Amino acid sequence: MARNSQKPELVLMQGNEAVAAGALAAGCDYFAGYPITPSTEIAEILAEELPKRGHTFIQMEDEIASIAAIIGASLAGAKSLTATSGPGFSLMQEGIGFAKITETPCVVVNVQRSGPSTGLPTSPAQGEIMQSRWGSHGDSPAIVLYPASVKESYALTIRAFNLAEKYRTCVILLMDEVIGHMREAISLPDISEIKIINRIKPTVPANWYKHYDENQKYLSPLASYGEGYRFHVTGLAHDQHGFPTNKPTEAGAMMERLEKKIVHNIRDLVQIESYMMEDANIAIFAAGIMARAAKAAVKIARAEGLKVGLLRPLTIWPFPDDAVRKMLKNVEYVVVPELNQGQFLHELRRLVKSTTDSKLIGFQRVNGTLITPTEILQKIKDVL
Amino acid sequence: MSKLLFKEIRLSGSGGQGLILGGIILAKAAVIDGNRVTQTQSYGPESRGGYSRADVIISSEEINFPEAIRQDILLSLTQEACDKYVLDLKNGGILIVDTTFVKHIAVQAPNTYELAFTDIAQQELGTQLVTNILSISFLVRISGIVNEKSFEKAIRESVKPAFLDLNLKAMKLGFSLASKEMKLRGNNEEIEVEGK
Repeated sequence: MARNSQKPELVLMQGNEAVAAGALAAGCDYFAGYPITPSTEIAEILAEELPKRGHTFIQMEDEIASIAAIIGASLAGAKSLTATSGPGFSLMQEGIGFAKITETPCVVVNVQRSGPSTGLPTSPAQGEIMQSRWGSHGDSPAIVLYPASVKESYALTIRAFNLAEKYRTCVILLMDEVIGHMREAISLPDISEIKIINRIKPTVPANWYKHYDENQKYLSPLASYGEGYRFHVTGLAHDQHGFPTNKPTEAGAMMERLEKKIVHNIRDLVQIESYMMEDANIAIFAAGIMARAAKAAVKIARAEGLKVGLLRPLTIWPFPDDAVRKMLKNVEYVVVPELNQGQFLHELRRLVKSTTDSKLIGFQRVNGTLITPTEILQKIKDVL
Repeated sequence: MSKLLFKEIRLSGSGGQGLILGGIILAKAAVIDGNRVTQTQSYGPESRGGYSRADVIISSEEINFPEAIRQDILLSLTQEACDKYVLDLKNGGILIVDTTFVKHIAVQAPNTYELAFTDIAQQELGTQLVTNILSISFLVRISGIVNEKSFEKAIRESVKPAFLDLNLKAMKLGFSLASKEMKLRGNNEEIEVEGK
């Protein structure tokens, strides 16, 4: 009952506090944002902590300016972050696309609340599963991480920074309101034990530097403004030096690199939790707070002798196609509880071979309340 | 083998009554006790007057779903909160209401405690501000859900220094009110809680 006395000290912490702590541990030295419930605590804490460390916190006039500011800061060498919720996330979409096409590392946290528009402040929803993938116009692959606990909010924030630096892109941390505001006891790891990835810096003479070096693929070194390297940054399709181009070969090569740096590294990017799936004939596919409800449902179901398991993506984009295909092959039914009108269900349908296959059982709620473990269990019993 | 601990506690009332801080203090105390805990909340957009609730789940095992949907202990400081949640109380669960505002209980639970916490805070401590600590201290002694020393430590860690004495007075008063209640009922009401 008493916890192991050798464990480090446990602190009671909110999900949002854990994001702020994770950002600091990852080396975040710049935050620009516009406070919005239920993400406000992230800005509130960093407003205090960043200046103490000699770093920058700026409250911007809106979310369009916020995303622009963190992109600019990153180009000047900062590890930058912003945090928002649905209405702000919508305003940031163009900037997110700009970060992706200019291959500028940055992290955007979206603590989701009910939408559309200003929706239900402080009520949970999972409405931005698809927006986090497709929200910005044009084709651009996304890296989106989705924590289910306070501890994971800390760990995935660090991972978001690491992946942003490694793949030179905007990484999105998508959170549930319940996780952002929930308190749990966690022990923070020693900073020295945390693996931190920083962008590769160029070593070539300044006049040899290419901002997007096609020979280096996605691990192209990244110079900062002010270091003596000259480069051009534009949202237009560009050549290796960053200058606008209308040549199909150059534009095509740029688009190919943006895509391949994600799809060729699925194994590095995808993380899933598989719980009691070995002998399961019914699976639940859920993320974040709905995965917690699902896990509770699995435990009750198992106690009643039902072979139920849970597949939970920690990375929702790129989508864990292989794990999902395996699940679809091995089980009779997949129940998909989610706080939206079927966004995960829609993606799962893509992986079902036959359109007449009725393996997928959707379970959706968009009234600002959670689906409970008992309700998920009932849904399972209904299909049996 | 020792019995597993899993208790769902809901503190309900309106914004401004300090229930979320109360929930955080209860959660901190549970952590000091060495248990797992989740603390969640739900409140209206108003900082005062709207509905407000804080849920605390205390367990010896991993906690999955963090909302207290079938409560072992329900504290209701307003009529609206009592009406809304009393039907979710588990059989044999503890119901504690503030009769300053709760005039009618829809379902009579066997373990019901009715005290005018807000009035008592005003009369005995000169302010309603500590109704949260007064009533939650009462809850702690009645239920034994957390160690009282851990609870006191959590209060010391959580309230502003200028208000610490007042809050500790409220805690002691809450404890003594609970002791009186338990004496009146022949001390049979304390529920078995492990991990103290």
